[in-house]
Amino acid sequence: MTMKMVTLRIDEHTVEVPAGTRVVDAAKKVGVDIPVFCYHPKLESVGMCRMCLVEIGRPVVDRASGKVVLEADGSPKIQMAPKLETACTTPVSDGMLVVTTSEKVAAARREVVEFILTSHPLDCPICDKGGECPLQNLTMAYGSGTSRFIFDEKMRSAKHVPLGELIYLDRERCIQCGRCVRFQHEVVDDPVLDFYQRGRALEIITRSEPGFDSVFSGNTTDICPVGALTTADFRFGARPWEMKPAASICAQCPVGCNIVYDVRREAKSSGKPVIKRVMPRQNESVNEVWICDKGRFVHHYNESAERLTQPLMRVDGELTPVSWQQALETAAAKLKEAGKGLVTLAGGRLSNEDLFNLRELTRAQGGTTLLHTHMGGGEWTRQLGLNQGSNLGSLGNGDAIVVIASDLHQEAPLWWLRVKQAAQRGATLIVLNARPTRLDAYAAHALRYQPGEAAQAVAGLMGNHKTPAAFQTAREALAGAANLVVFFGSDGLGLTGTRALAQTCADLLMQSGHYGRPNNGLVGVWQHSNDQGAWEMGYAPAADLVGSLKKAKVALLAAADPVGDEPALAKALAGADFVIVQEMFLTASAEKADLVLPVAAIPEREGSLTSGERRAQRFYPAVPAPDGVRPDYTIAAQLGQRLGLELEGRAAGLVFLRLAQSEPAFAGLSYQALSTAEEQWPIVGRRDLYFGGTTYDNNQGMGTHLQPVLKAGERPAAVAAALDTELMDAGDNLLVLPHTRLFDQGSLVRFSRLLVERVATAELRLNPATAKHFGLAEGVAASLNLNGADASVIVRMDDALPPGAAWLPRRVGVPLWAPAAAQVKVMERD
Amino acid sequence: MLQGFMTTLKSILEKPVTIQYPEQKRPVRSRFKGRHVLKRYDNGLEKCIGCALCAAACPADAIFVEASENSDENRYSPGERYASTYEINMMRCIFCGFCEDACPTEAIVLGDNYELSFTSRTDAIYPKDMLLEPVPEDGSPTPQKVPAGAFDRAIPLMQDATD
Repeated sequence: MTMKMVTLRIDEHTVEVPAGTRVVDAAKKVGVDIPVFCYHPKLESVGMCRMCLVEIGRPVVDRASGKVVLEADGSPKIQMAPKLETACTTPVSDGMLVVTTSEKVAAARREVVEFILTSHPLDCPICDKGGECPLQNLTMAYGSGTSRFIFDEKMRSAKHVPLGELIYLDRERCIQCGRCVRFQHEVVDDPVLDFYQRGRALEIITRSEPGFDSVFSGNTTDICPVGALTTADFRFGARPWEMKPAASICAQCPVGCNIVYDVRREAKSSGKPVIKRVMPRQNESVNEVWICDKGRFVHHYNESAERLTQPLMRVDGELTPVSWQQALETAAAKLKEAGKGLVTLAGGRLSNEDLFNLRELTRAQGGTTLLHTHMGGGEWTRQLGLNQGSNLGSLGNGDAIVVIASDLHQEAPLWWLRVKQAAQRGATLIVLNARPTRLDAYAAHALRYQPGEAAQAVAGLMGNHKTPAAFQTAREALAGAANLVVFFGSDGLGLTGTRALAQTCADLLMQSGHYGRPNNGLVGVWQHSNDQGAWEMGYAPAADLVGSLKKAKVALLAAADPVGDEPALAKALAGADFVIVQEMFLTASAEKADLVLPVAAIPEREGSLTSGERRAQRFYPAVPAPDGVRPDYTIAAQLGQRLGLELEGRAAGLVFLRLAQSEPAFAGLSYQALSTAEEQWPIVGRRDLYFGGTTYDNNQGMGTHLQPVLKAGERPAAVAAALDTELMDAGDNLLVLPHTRLFDQGSLVRFSRLLVERVATAELRLNPATAKHFGLAEGVAASLNLNGADASVIVRMDDALPPGAAWLPRRVGVPLWAPAAAQVKVMERD
Repeated sequence: MLQGFMTTLKSILEKPVTIQYPEQKRPVRSRFKGRHVLKRYDNGLEKCIGCALCAAACPADAIFVEASENSDENRYSPGERYASTYEINMMRCIFCGFCEDACPTEAIVLGDNYELSFTSRTDAIYPKDMLLEPVPEDGSPTPQKVPAGAFDRAIPLMQDATD
């Protein structure tokens, strides 16, 4: 599809842009800055602030002949409009002449700034935005320096309105551009902010309870062109010019949003550099210019005093600090002894380099490498995952997206946003889940299946399983799709269920040949940032983790806390002869370990992560690591050295090179390739604050997709594992299904005190009919006997949920990872 | 030679120019730039709002400021924000006075004190309590407990202490 191109002149530049482009964008493309406050390239233009007024002339057309009237010299005659026009609402047209440098335009800008400043408090010295404020910058650039308005008549409004617990509003500073309101309505469809009153009394209010209830709320502070919206987390934290930005990757979910850690020394931390705030970094193929509130506010863990900074060894039953030398010697001796009895259980939080070195170390001993996850199917995402050139942002009309068994809004908010936008651009979105989710609203087909029957539902979508008629229409919608991306998650499913689901999804993709080319493939909505990377390197969850741990001579746990996760695993781990734990904190597993090795957190080291879209991305050191901690890959290399195994441990980049040589999926990749930056639109960054907001521009690399494992047409290697069906019938007991919430009680979230109110609690949600059957009522405390352990939950009614099962979040203190039958009883009031 | 003796004789009759420092001190010139003083309002509240513009203006990077939020129970300055940490490294300072120019509330003033000596590098860093001027007679020390809502401006207008 070719777009109609339009040629116009802007000052002395001639520019060719697609028809429908706004003048302000066309000007930006040739480097002409037209100042704006209310316009944002990601939002609909409204022309509210009038800052973008320019002179526009159009060629004169002779009405009789329909031809352009020419001047004596042969150039088209231009008729300038009698008044100035807003560049943000005017689409370009052929032959247009835009003048941005005339005195008339300068006067208009001067007056608009003067008008906007009538009631602005000018408290820049204490404003968190001061220094990176579009209003400040544009006033300096275009303002008059004096005001004709009377100072004493300035409006005085509330200066400290908490919109929620995360975002503060300063009503005096607000210039009523409505960027935040439009962002919430248009972009993320959480219409919780609104205008209230009119004229001078106009103010921004939140309409939700609790206030500003949106997981994208932090982005409004980025696009606010003044300091009206600021985060509570960063309030008075530092001045923007004092901080050093360090590029990184958010490790809270498999999306892999590009972020920047803003770092500054802090007296409270005895002069150490600390992370002051997290800002989005533009990557139009991953997170555009947004990040979710989890990524923005979960960064306090690495400065916690609870961090381990010394190796601990069990001496006479007590964990005692020892030197690294002694710890490594002991560990190496035990690994040598263990030989094949070594079981390495790695978590998806580890970087590619850590996983690679750990794998090499384990393989050299003949041990087994396991991934600690409750979600299977990676052998399929590895083969059928997304390839180079894929970009969810390019999916639209004619393409299709299937989201199955995943509440993307909670599990991976940015994917939710990008899938939603693809659907709004015209892609056919099919959402399958046992319960309603936020994505249903944008789906062409929102289909339901019986709890646990996700794989059967996909089979139904292929016509291989008897399903309701709605599936038939969805199948037809899918048939003609040019591109197809399938997201599968673990909503209401456990390890076996997700594995079966992934295999059926793979069948669906192979049936129609939607793999092996860009924008086609299978994406796992994993729990951790680098689960995909672990699968790529051959890590997989154990079919019987309890058995594996029990038999282990040495269990090496890295970024995994089986003891904290499940009582059964705790018992199993007690059976292992020697337990080594590599962790940041003294987790439940570390407490039971024989040897604990403290590791560096992501902001303290280099490395790379593989996102769920199979995009390898680099993160860079932001703050110095505390004395005594080491990166996981270094620890593995140092252990290897003592075992006569030559592993790279000096720098993450060197480890990555070895990884690239050893793994076909990483072939040809290097840190240089990952750190290549590409030109992005819209233009954002420090010099373009007024245009794109305070999002950082990306100079540190967009990352690269891994190499395709399967080319189009090639058949994947058969996966031998027999597919067990997951528990679906609980008999007389209550079937409890797990789902994932964004703010869970994960080990890193708890350090961000601001988020406490948003963190999920052990709430059992179920249909009133089911509740009645089990004698439960709204708000009662109930005791669940799950997998042999008792847990107390609060019962909540939810009409939207299908009867017959109950939903409980993961990681809220109840060991629930897969569907389980629970005995439920109402607890007696004390 | 006689001329020389004459000069000597003349100087014997002149008043001596030397003074007995440190017992005696000369007054400094009106535009003298000595050690910084952080000023207070008459009621004892600090003028400094912790904006760190002095630190931004400082060509020698001698100033370190960290801000925190005032509350009515613990009020340091009239506005929303105050300097919870304020340090000047006197070894770095070149006494240019840019900080004074940059200050929006006239909180930092280069005073008369030129007696700066220290025996270690850390002693050269003057924290906030060394820089703050003494509490005025009618004022009370910070933090103060004030009635709720008494201070609702972001930056005081500096007309009087209750702005």
